[in-house]
Amino acid sequence: MDFRLTDEHRMVQQMVRDFAQKEIAPLVKEYDRKHEPIPGVLERMGELGLLGISIPVRYGGQGMDYITLGLVSEELEYVDSTLRVVMSVHMGLCALSILHWGTEAQKQKFLVPLAKGEKVGAGAFTEPGHGSDFARIQGTARREGDVYILNGEKMWISLATKADYALVTMRTDPHADPPHRGLTAFIVDLHSPGITRGDIKGKLGVRAGSTGWIAFQNVEVPVENRIGEEGEGFKVTMSAFDRGRYTVGAGAAGLIRAALDASVAYARERRTFGQPIGHHQLIKEKIARMARDYEMTRLLYLHTGWLMNQGQRFTRQASLTKWFGTEAAFRAAHDAIQIHGAYGYSDEYDVERFFRNSRGAMIYEGSSEIHTLIQADYALGYRYDKPLRKELPPYDPDEWLAE
Amino acid sequence: MKIVVPVKVVPDTAATIKVEDGRVTWGDAPLVLNPWDEFAVEAALQMVEKHGGTVAVVSVGDEHALEAIRKALAMGAKEAVRIHDPALAHADVRATAQVLAAAVRKMGDVDMVFFGRQAIDGDTGLTPMYTARALGWPFVGLVSAFPEMDPAGRTFTAERSVGEAKQTLRAPMPAVVTIAKEFAEPRYPSFMGIRKASRAKVPVWSLADLGLDAPAAKVRWPEITMPPKREVKVEFIEGETPREIAEKLVDKLIEAKVL
Ligand SMILES: Cc1cc2nc3c(=O)[nH]c(=O)nc-3n(C[C@H](O)[C@H](O)[C@H](O)COP(=O)(O)OP(=O)(O)OC[C@H]3O[C@@H](n4cnc5c(N)ncnc54)[C@H](O)[C@@H]3O)c2cc1C
Ligand SMILES: Cc1cc2nc3c(=O)[nH]c(=O)nc-3n(C[C@H](O)[C@H](O)[C@H](O)COP(=O)(O)OP(=O)(O)OC[C@H]3O[C@@H](n4cnc5c(N)ncnc54)[C@H](O)[C@@H]3O)c2cc1C
Repeated sequence: MDFRLTDEHRMVQQMVRDFAQKEIAPLVKEYDRKHEPIPGVLERMGELGLLGISIPVRYGGQGMDYITLGLVSEELEYVDSTLRVVMSVHMGLCALSILHWGTEAQKQKFLVPLAKGEKVGAGAFTEPGHGSDFARIQGTARREGDVYILNGEKMWISLATKADYALVTMRTDPHADPPHRGLTAFIVDLHSPGITRGDIKGKLGVRAGSTGWIAFQNVEVPVENRIGEEGEGFKVTMSAFDRGRYTVGAGAAGLIRAALDASVAYARERRTFGQPIGHHQLIKEKIARMARDYEMTRLLYLHTGWLMNQGQRFTRQASLTKWFGTEAAFRAAHDAIQIHGAYGYSDEYDVERFFRNSRGAMIYEGSSEIHTLIQADYALGYRYDKPLRKELPPYDPDEWLAE
Repeated sequence: MKIVVPVKVVPDTAATIKVEDGRVTWGDAPLVLNPWDEFAVEAALQMVEKHGGTVAVVSVGDEHALEAIRKALAMGAKEAVRIHDPALAHADVRATAQVLAAAVRKMGDVDMVFFGRQAIDGDTGLTPMYTARALGWPFVGLVSAFPEMDPAGRTFTAERSVGEAKQTLRAPMPAVVTIAKEFAEPRYPSFMGIRKASRAKVPVWSLADLGLDAPAAKVRWPEITMPPKREVKVEFIEGETPREIAEKLVDKLIEAKVL
């Protein structure tokens, strides 16, 4: 057992903290109000190497371990959830899925530009009619010689209009029983003919981010872009969710810490009934809960990151981290508004943004209800993890740093 | 060219500084590279990127100094030395400068020494001048640009920000300078830099390695106290019209001898 972060971890943490504080924090309120991404933010993240963080150096990445990915997610979401969303989808859903399942040729072609930040990745699974019940998606991929023809619509896709590539899962076998056996995953160039996309307007949160739809009309995808085998799409997608959930959970720790820091600062200053409100027990209770939940979420995600580094299965742990973390983050942001009184209700302060941003995370990457069921089923023995045909490579510094 | 940047570890700017039992403490606040030194590291990196060469950092201090050294290495400095000796426990600015000067001499072939303008803890801003004096090199303070840097010709010109004006001067190399924040925004460490920095073995030199006797401190600290708490009074000025409020405000300011 060793609870210490390495010097490397701490330096990355500090670097990302400085970046988010200097370049994002001063602008985020304005762009959140405008419902627009901060101009150039993805390019900046690419320049800094954040878009290739836990990818081996020989694939154009930075060769950091999986714990670093969690730490970065925490630091980014401390300032704004939209930045962490980039790590979740670009890294968690897309790039790491290619590292996990891709062939060497796919890694060279798609992973290298993603890791270098030259291209941005997304993960497109949800459809207008199917979210939690992902196994029943209707979008199709029909094989014709050397290509698959994709048709259908994906909805609520983070970075839909910003990404260059997406991991897309479609139905290749309409008659599969059970239905999840009929799915296949692809890496799709979103600039291909037949693809149209747009942003969703009127979102409650992540307003400085991009969430949209992608429509596929007879889109030709070469066979060599298939990720995994035909019929393996459900497993590929679920493994992508494991990684996405890890980053969402780690990000939640950042949001809780942000709510806590804002609340502590306010509670020390604001006075009612002759003393700072921090001296009132009911305020203390809220602060204490935030402090507790921050530590718990942090330990959960560090444990998940550690399992990933070891090459052990982390599906259960990632689900638990995401479920606990996002619910705790929502509670923390909610309490932070309460502590700020009427000022918390105004966008002059950050806490109302934390509150709005925290809400979506209880829906995406498996809703709270779905995680409740997953955790119950593990506990009851109704669910267990079977080995995958391929596992996510463990973190091996020598191999990851080799040129 | 070879540029040496002396760096210092300081408590984070957000730390609460207190005086306890006659000593200054900052609790368990994180330690960071002195923010002014970041500008010096940045300037040095830009110079070697333009003219070739290496940036070396040096810090006088215990293991905590590694925090500052590693940050500078992660930003791109190639070499580092830490100087530590129990005899330096009570070193003052002058003593530290003598140690730094000896280190610069020992490092050899140094063309320039770039300092930050001051350390945010002691805030004396004197170490650079004392070091220049100990080395017998010219000193230029608060440099905001180097319009010319000619290592072969052994000269450089420096632009100094002095209030509203700019002053340009020429000096021979080697020299000691301090870098102003107008020079350039310090870069973030790169991941490659971080990887190298976290694995770097930083040699430690003692006074004996530098061939120095413990330099005697000239400054003693007979007493340290917190600054007196300031009483702040807030008064709302009311009036029917903005003009009336402004007039009342002016009267108050004159009364308080602010105007
Ligand atoms: C901001 C944001 C970003 C997103 N980004 C992406 C992305 O990048 N890629 C992507 O593919 N998708 C993305 N999504 C979509 C997200 O994954 C889905 O919204 C999620 O899977 C839930 O699906 P749904 O919205 O269709 O809700 P539904 O599945 O229709 O669920 C409705 C409600 O029923 C509950 N429910 C469903 N089944 C059960 C059950 N068996 N027992 C109990 N309760 C149940 C759910 O928990 C929920 O409360 C994003 C969503 C949001 C809000
Ligand atoms: C949408 C909106 C509409 C409003 N409309 C009106 C209006 O029409 N007229 C009007 O006069 N006001 C109005 N208000 C103001 C509202 O009444 C105040 O916000 C409310 O009284 C709380 O005061 P405060 O915001 O100053 O918070 P504070 O009093 O500063 O309280 C901050 C926090 O400390 C807590 N706290 C305070 N004292 C204690 C204690 N002893 N023990 C434990 N916790 C404590 C509070 O519950 C809160 O969580 C409105 C506010 C909003 C948000």
